[in-house]
Amino acid sequence: MADIGTLNRTAAGFDAVADRVASGPRGRRPRRALSPRNIMLYGTLFVAALYYLLPLYVMVVTSLKGMPEIRMGNIFSPPMEITFEPWVKAWAEACTGLNCDGLSRGFWNSVRILVPSVVVSIAVASVSGYSLANWRFKGSELFFSILIIGAFIPYQVMIYPVVIVLRELGVYGTLTGLVIVHTIFGMPILTLLFRNYFASLPVELFKAARIDGAGFWSIYFRIMLPMALPIFVVAMILQVTGIWNDFLFGVVFTRPDTYPMTVQLNNIVNSVQGVKEYNVNMAATLLTGAVPLIVYFVSGRLFVRGIAAGAVKG
Amino acid sequence: MNSNVSITNPSVSIRDLSLSFGAVSVLQNLDLDIRDGEFLVLLGSSGCGKSTLLNCIAGLLEPTDGQIFIKEKNVTWEEPKDRGIGMVFQSYALYPQMTVEKNLSFGLRVAKVPKEEIDKRVARAAEILQIGPLLKRKPAELSGGQRQRVAIGRALVRDVDVFLFDEPLSNLDAKLRSELRVEIKRLHQSLKNTMIYVTHDQIEALTLADRIAIMKSGVIQQLDDPIHIYNRPKNLFVAGFIGSPSMNFLRGELAEEGGRVVFRTHGVNFSLDRYDAAEPLRAGRKVVLGVRPEHITVDGKTGGETHEAVVDIEEPMGADNLLWLKHAGHTLSVRIGGARRYAVGSKVELSFDMSLASLFDAETEDRI
Repeated sequence: MADIGTLNRTAAGFDAVADRVASGPRGRRPRRALSPRNIMLYGTLFVAALYYLLPLYVMVVTSLKGMPEIRMGNIFSPPMEITFEPWVKAWAEACTGLNCDGLSRGFWNSVRILVPSVVVSIAVASVSGYSLANWRFKGSELFFSILIIGAFIPYQVMIYPVVIVLRELGVYGTLTGLVIVHTIFGMPILTLLFRNYFASLPVELFKAARIDGAGFWSIYFRIMLPMALPIFVVAMILQVTGIWNDFLFGVVFTRPDTYPMTVQLNNIVNSVQGVKEYNVNMAATLLTGAVPLIVYFVSGRLFVRGIAAGAVKG
Repeated sequence: MNSNVSITNPSVSIRDLSLSFGAVSVLQNLDLDIRDGEFLVLLGSSGCGKSTLLNCIAGLLEPTDGQIFIKEKNVTWEEPKDRGIGMVFQSYALYPQMTVEKNLSFGLRVAKVPKEEIDKRVARAAEILQIGPLLKRKPAELSGGQRQRVAIGRALVRDVDVFLFDEPLSNLDAKLRSELRVEIKRLHQSLKNTMIYVTHDQIEALTLADRIAIMKSGVIQQLDDPIHIYNRPKNLFVAGFIGSPSMNFLRGELAEEGGRVVFRTHGVNFSLDRYDAAEPLRAGRKVVLGVRPEHITVDGKTGGETHEAVVDIEEPMGADNLLWLKHAGHTLSVRIGGARRYAVGSKVELSFDMSLASLFDAETEDRI
């Protein structure tokens, strides 16, 4: 039998606590900061971070040195004399082919390719994803499967047929042609992304909107679109980085005066005549990589949230 | 189920409706007429086709065959918005990015109703449902009960003839559920619209319905008012589905004793003199006797036939006390007053109220 007197002492106050609690483990278990688990965890993270940051460090450092200093060969040492000359040269003076106005031309070409490609591909993919998720038609599953298979065919296989198609359409070598190519090749993955997101939204919302009398476009613009912002951010990041970093389509489907930045960078870095200006090459590479980097830094958190939202519900 | 078609000027009328998804048949040649202003509950366990039927009425699913009439107009091929229906969903289905006010007015804005008219109707719905103070809030800032009220309001503003409810209270906790149940009943009494209500909760069905349609595998088993559903179930399925704790079933046969037909199980005879049979009782027929727990009296001085039983388990439930008894090879549950207590193992005398009992054919499972 429990001693009622002992139980009642709970109310008697804190003095009694010492009597009732035995010595030994109590409350939260203490954790050591230098446990084997933590050493492994942070050690691995540190090595991984170092692995990726070291080349970046070398690039930044080299781009800030003058050529005499680079020739001394100490690639890890910080610059003794900081100079922004290579950056200016990479942006505005480096020669590719006939033009000597640096990467700036390629930058603006890339922007002119990027903006319409991203907007058009996301617009088309979100509508097709929405209709595949909510307006199932006969054969929609088959159509979707075929579209997904498209994601697994290597681009190189399709280049020649696409060149012929663009030539017949009369847009080969123009920015319009490249925008069309980027839109089409972005379709499989983006449609998959949007379809799965819209399929994860409660179907009752769609039904309620139909009872309220909304049609295909009305439901898309007034109900679905405002709820799909996270997935739009994900799609935007995927497309911006993908299209900005693209080299293959850029070199195949444009002419020298419309080359995107990546192609121009290649031409600067891989030029065989004259002195290899490592500092200019490094600055040019950093300039080209800046856009995707900035996009990640600005919207990285949204990106993770969007991916997670799709993953949990899909 | 031709007996269902007998109402003049039905509000909703379903004729020979079938629906199948590929090889799976969900609804089979279903006929149903719903009176103007009636509260009809479709009741059944999950997968019985009740929600499918509701979606067909709403126009969200296309039937494979058959017709649907609303206000005597064939709407089988009409769009949901043209059917004069409003629907309330289990998951509320409020548009998350819109305020309550925008949620309520969405349908009207789509239909390009003039602004003053929209304001008037929203104000009226908000008053009826007492959601006036919530109009500027987003759905995420509302409690479950408030959300469901807004969802009902969305059907209300559209001024429809028929309200469709798809398990509207199933996502709410028990207390809110009973509160909103009363509110829906009050709403129906004041609006007098036709309402079709899908649920798997028999308490909701019994309390709300003018008539209940009990469904099983796409077929309506019984369509009747709650009293008849409860006291005169048409077959064994309905009898077992309705009532908690469920009806006691005793398997046995009809036998003759002193020139009268009695029910016999495990050598014990039960008089059927007070049973209201729909057809003449013949000795030798295999039958199932169904008696509800509250239709058995314990140690009552009824003066009639009594049967001895032993108390096996006692379940006090506050207002009631549920006894599980052993009797002639059966386990019986009996509901008695909460104040009456019995020790386990004690012997009691039972008397069965045969006027409220049900007899079913053991083969066809239909009521005799």
